Amino acid sequence: MSDDRSLDRKKAVPVIVGDPKDLLIVCGLAGASKDMAHLTNDGDNIFTMAGAMGGATAMGLGLALSRPDKKVLVVTGDGELLMNVGTLATVGILKPANLSILCVDNGHYGETGYQESHTQRGVNLELIAQGSAIPNTRTIDREEQIPEAKKILRDSNGTSFILLKVNTEPPPSIKRSMDATERKVAFRRALLGIA
Amino acid sequence: MMSEYGGQETWQEDLYSLLRSNGVKLFCYVPDGGHKTLINRSIEDPEVISVPLTTEEEGVAMCAGAHLGGTKSVLLMQSSGVGNCVNMFALIKNGQFPFVTVVTMRGEFGEMNPWQVPMGQGVQPVVEAMGMHCLRAETPEEVSPTVQAALDMAYKSNQSVAVLLTQKLIGAKPF
Repeated sequence: MSDDRSLDRKKAVPVIVGDPKDLLIVCGLAGASKDMAHLTNDGDNIFTMAGAMGGATAMGLGLALSRPDKKVLVVTGDGELLMNVGTLATVGILKPANLSILCVDNGHYGETGYQESHTQRGVNLELIAQGSAIPNTRTIDREEQIPEAKKILRDSNGTSFILLKVNTEPPPSIKRSMDATERKVAFRRALLGIA
Repeated sequence: MMSEYGGQETWQEDLYSLLRSNGVKLFCYVPDGGHKTLINRSIEDPEVISVPLTTEEEGVAMCAGAHLGGTKSVLLMQSSGVGNCVNMFALIKNGQFPFVTVVTMRGEFGEMNPWQVPMGQGVQPVVEAMGMHCLRAETPEEVSPTVQAALDMAYKSNQSVAVLLTQKLIGAKPF
């Protein structure tokens, strides 16, 4: 399975997401939060986690349902998504058109010593997303597919799910805020003008 | 024939009206007999978003996400669901998110299913251990004022509150 993991997350994620300014972003713990905090300079349109594992997709779903006028992007990892993979089914029955999910799948639990995850041992999260009735899904494991991934995430009429298979190169290092209350207040102030 | 949860219709209707008049727009739940009226009203109401969950912890994170977007929400669950939520309550506590869950209790007054007892006994200590307030409603008359108090504590004081609809209130399911 290792031959389809040649992409480096540090190069692929920024190209797929593009300019993040017009997005509302929720990130699962560990690598995905670092990928996106780095890309947004830990800005006020992103809420990252360093715990509450398994909650990112549901949190993004709540935000997408609350704000149908905004594009909401969930960025998570294979381990974080596996912890609450049933949330894809909850997304699938609602199919909010403004919700996109990017799963950065390195097949490992990078924060805890790079133990293999279930996706390294044959589990296919794109098929689970398809089976969960998410309308637009794609697996991306080659550089030439990246423009297509970007288009699906940005322009799909209906929820989209991109499984980005990457190697085990680490995410970018960034010192992000771990103060969830401060981040919540900043996010709401930027979006709603209130704390 | 009397329903398993007979007599709940009036206070459940009042509770739905109370939640709506307080601006609650997102209703998340795992199906539950004790919340039947509330769940059905949310499904029928075109003004609200009614979301069945695969597990209660999804609802905790969804309510936090909805707050980021400016939407008031409620999580409806049974006492057993509280156990499924514990680590996700860390998101609520760390972010000081306003949060209201209405919990129908099993495993206490007159319970006839032993499988409901452990989590029924665990609800109050568990939610309090995670930094949430725990308010109990024992009679139909207590339901609306208790939920109103929870909504005020949440949306005016950024608190997280579990309202327990006790088994004395909802009745024991026959086994």
